Amino acid sequence: MRGWGRFSVGASVVLFTALVLTRVAANEYFFFAGYVVLQFVVLATAWNILGGYAGYVNFGAGAFFAAGAYTAVALMKLFSAPLPIQLIAAMCVTGLMGFVIGAMTLRLRGIFFSIATVAVAVICETVVMNWSLVGGARGTTVLPPPPPEGFSSYARMLFVLMTAIALLAVTLARHIETSKIGRGLRALRDNEEAAESVGVPTLRLKLFAATASGALMGLAGAPFPLYMNFIEPTSAFSLNYAVSALAMPIIGGTQIWIGPVIGALLLASVQQIVTVTVSSELNVLIVGVLLVVFVVAAPNGIVGLAQKLHKRWQRR
Amino acid sequence: MHFDLLAEAIVAGLMLGCFYAAVSVGLSVAFGLLDVPQIAHPAFLVLGAYGAYFLGQYGVDPLLAGALLTPVFFLGGLALYRFYHATFERRGGDAGLRGLAFFFGVSFILEVLLILSFGVDQRMVEAPYIGKSLALGEMRLPLRMLIAVGVALLLTLALSAYLSKTFTGRAIKAVAQDEMALSLMGADPVRIKHWAFAIATATCALAGALLIIVNPVEPGLGRLYIGRTFCVAVLAGLGSMPGTLVAGMILGVAESLVLNSLGASWAPAVAFGLLLLILAVRPSGLFGR
Repeated sequence: MRGWGRFSVGASVVLFTALVLTRVAANEYFFFAGYVVLQFVVLATAWNILGGYAGYVNFGAGAFFAAGAYTAVALMKLFSAPLPIQLIAAMCVTGLMGFVIGAMTLRLRGIFFSIATVAVAVICETVVMNWSLVGGARGTTVLPPPPPEGFSSYARMLFVLMTAIALLAVTLARHIETSKIGRGLRALRDNEEAAESVGVPTLRLKLFAATASGALMGLAGAPFPLYMNFIEPTSAFSLNYAVSALAMPIIGGTQIWIGPVIGALLLASVQQIVTVTVSSELNVLIVGVLLVVFVVAAPNGIVGLAQKLHKRWQRR
Repeated sequence: MHFDLLAEAIVAGLMLGCFYAAVSVGLSVAFGLLDVPQIAHPAFLVLGAYGAYFLGQYGVDPLLAGALLTPVFFLGGLALYRFYHATFERRGGDAGLRGLAFFFGVSFILEVLLILSFGVDQRMVEAPYIGKSLALGEMRLPLRMLIAVGVALLLTLALSAYLSKTFTGRAIKAVAQDEMALSLMGADPVRIKHWAFAIATATCALAGALLIIVNPVEPGLGRLYIGRTFCVAVLAGLGSMPGTLVAGMILGVAESLVLNSLGASWAPAVAFGLLLLILAVRPSGLFGR
């Protein structure tokens, strides 16, 4: 439990800053862009719980994100449920999806597991395409309610909400990493048979990691319809989410909770800038190229590079 | 469903299946025999299709274009494997995981490069055999499908013969069984793997040409073919060539039946659903080694 004090002070400062910004900053675009960056922090952190700590590569992050978003839409259309209910329901649905994926790790490892996650993603997309309640392939419009008291616009409230979700995700990831769960996950990543034989409850750990990862991804997607005011399957299931969720932790570093956060903050900010100034295809290309470069040249990501530099500096 | 319709759907499915086998043989070699997590295989297929489209603008027949591009793809595959081997396989450790992320990145880059150079619109080619069809009693067989079936069978059977009859082909199968034993026999497993991976990539040129003959293509098509090609390769039993043909036909018929009963919008889920089923029930496939 070392360092939790400092961590919670940092988290409170971040949340407080976000709240103050909604009062001070005038530019509405800042909140739209900031929301997207924070959403990627959640996705990257969630992906890393299963992918980085346990070594199971999930190519279906987009499906979890979209499942969260569509759960929210379905609840709005059916019962006009309020946002908190939508968040909780989305978390339950995608947590369950995560549990199912976790159960698949019983038989599937390595590339077989990854292909299975692609399969789950495409099947989910096909179901949504054929589901008329949530708009099918054409999509559907969602009207946001008036902004709650104390916020001048709905986007500002969503910005603070996403900040809180990101902090929750990072806290959970940090807890998993520093506790017994993290040690168990690392053990089974290095050698599953060996871990099992010395008494690590591999299945229970994998199920936990997959469920937590899935629930957080769904939570990242749940406010998405209200943020966009519109949702359609192609953009909700976009490959960009799957690639980013995997590329950001790998670029930042998968071994420690700050890695995905650094990767997401850096990459998503660059993406926002490039999308506005150059083109959205180019920013997708940047993610792909950076992913390959880091996988090849710096397997431990930015955090790994920093540690290496630090060591060299100490030795001098 | 009416009997005539059922028969027609099955015939269409079998033809489609031969085509699916052709697009999957390369993966059967790369993933099935060599254990390379070649998730970029469908991206190379789409690249081959765009190659045929590009040469088609200068009046080159798509099949000829596929044949012309085969050596180019062979060299590309050679280079890609050399790089993959040097950076991941030799280093060991969590190479599998990182190799997977590497190929995922490569396929993503290929897709975006295609979008940047050709746009997101669907593209098709022109050839004398596209658009015509052959009447066989009540049934109409599109000529482009017949051409695809012919080339697909030729490709699959040729590769199958190569792997079981020639010295290098047998060496490739031997690498899959026991790399250590092969090196004790005095053959260099790494060189054999280079050769095999290059062949696997080369098939994407011709199979990609078939892809654009059978249907119009768009850069994002690769994602759907991840399901189809891996479904066929896994169902075949990793590396079995006759198995690839049978598995392709099973998928083709299944897709054709769903297409005719539930509608086109459900078709993409068939390959992935079948894949999940196989992985859950019998991961070693029909003709597993």
